[in-house]
Amino acid sequence: MESKTGTWIEKKGLAQMLKGGVIMDVVNAEQAKIAEDAGACAVMALERVPADIRADGGVARMSDPDMILKIIDAVSIPVMAKCRIGHFVEAQILEAIGVDYIDESEVLTPADEEHHILKHNFKVPFVCGCRNIGEALRRIGEGAAMIRTKGEAGTGDVVEAVRHARTVIGAIRQLQTMGDEELMTFAKNNGAPYELVKEVKLTGRMPVVNFAAGGVATPADAALMMQLGVDGVFVGSGIFKSGDPARRAAAIVKAVTHYQDASILAEVSKNLGEAMVGRNVSQMPEGEKLAGRGW
Amino acid sequence: MKIGVLALQGDFAEHISMLKKLGVSTAEVRLPKHLDGLDGLIIPGGESTTIGKLAVAYDLMQPLKQFGQRHAVWGTCAGAIFLSKDISRNDQPLLGLMDIKVQRNAFGRQVDSFETDLEIDELMRVTGTEHPYHAVFIRAPLIESVHGNAKILSALDDGRIVAAQEGHLLATSFHPELTSDTRFHEYFISLAS
Repeated sequence: MESKTGTWIEKKGLAQMLKGGVIMDVVNAEQAKIAEDAGACAVMALERVPADIRADGGVARMSDPDMILKIIDAVSIPVMAKCRIGHFVEAQILEAIGVDYIDESEVLTPADEEHHILKHNFKVPFVCGCRNIGEALRRIGEGAAMIRTKGEAGTGDVVEAVRHARTVIGAIRQLQTMGDEELMTFAKNNGAPYELVKEVKLTGRMPVVNFAAGGVATPADAALMMQLGVDGVFVGSGIFKSGDPARRAAAIVKAVTHYQDASILAEVSKNLGEAMVGRNVSQMPEGEKLAGRGW
Repeated sequence: MKIGVLALQGDFAEHISMLKKLGVSTAEVRLPKHLDGLDGLIIPGGESTTIGKLAVAYDLMQPLKQFGQRHAVWGTCAGAIFLSKDISRNDQPLLGLMDIKVQRNAFGRQVDSFETDLEIDELMRVTGTEHPYHAVFIRAPLIESVHGNAKILSALDDGRIVAAQEGHLLATSFHPELTSDTRFHEYFISLAS
């Protein structure tokens, strides 16, 4: 019997397996093990978490393949890695070493300020960030098989994650109430592919799995994003920049499963030690914000 | 008829929507009390390590084992791993309900994930259909061997086992919930009746 690999169903399907789960940023094999033991459904392998990328400045690039391979060897769960926006050769390298998902990420310094990667050209699936439905559907049009709302990475401030999730989910609700004759104008105004706008109206949801990212630091933050309607969460700096990473990681995993059960949320929120030191996004200069990267 | 879907992590919503298409009542199972009144349970695809840890943390292991002794249970992918007795490693919780040996991530990494057609005689017989079953494998496990009363339900052309049954218990390496073909869900409902 003939079999096919790298299909759209395969790409989208892996993201569906991650639903209801937490994807954690890790910078070495030891952290990857801690994340897996805490119940992470996948890890994001990168050299510096976003909080450190912010602090260090300079150009942030794809991580050393050797470091990513060590993480792949250390855990049995899927391993994701980031490439720069538009840097399709970094993506080719990540595909060649066998990462399970590529994040074309605004957290790294963009390599192209006009174009994203044509992700349909790859067998490996991609996740991309978005702030609104237009950006989400443009990325899906390019072949992203999973979307995450961007939030503001490396801040520990959930306000942008909430803004972006509400914006995307609000637009989906708005589409439900629109007549078919209004959809082309909606597509024009939002810079979104028309066919995908039609699909969202028809199904009442994003065409691919949608996680929240950027600023989630506590179990309550994670459950907040779930109650707003996302399918799962990415936690970047929030875990390994906190006082007790293993404990906080396990608590956030439980909070995402039991996001509607306030008594369980209260239980898992107890005695977690210091949360990461946050940075208030509303007091941050525009030039320092990462979410604006993406076209 | 009411079928629960273990909703700790993974694609439980996809299973629920398949069951609803077939007119079956459904429930999401996150705590032991959610098993009350169910005729069957599906353990979805997802990450088996995550599902196992959450099942332990919320005291679901024993209730799930007891449920599976009397009721139909079906595990897809991660669910098949969780149902099995043996995965050749000792670092994650297993229900051990089915006498099968499973190998995790047996086909490689995500770029090796594949779709293929399967001839599944028993499924075609029960659903009265003749066309092959289109199966979606994602970082899939393989059923290395079946023992005791467990039987092979389907294998790839090269003989590798991808579906097994032991009485009212069912394990598939692939994901019927990601397709629009409801035959596997119909087959499971026939086991739960």
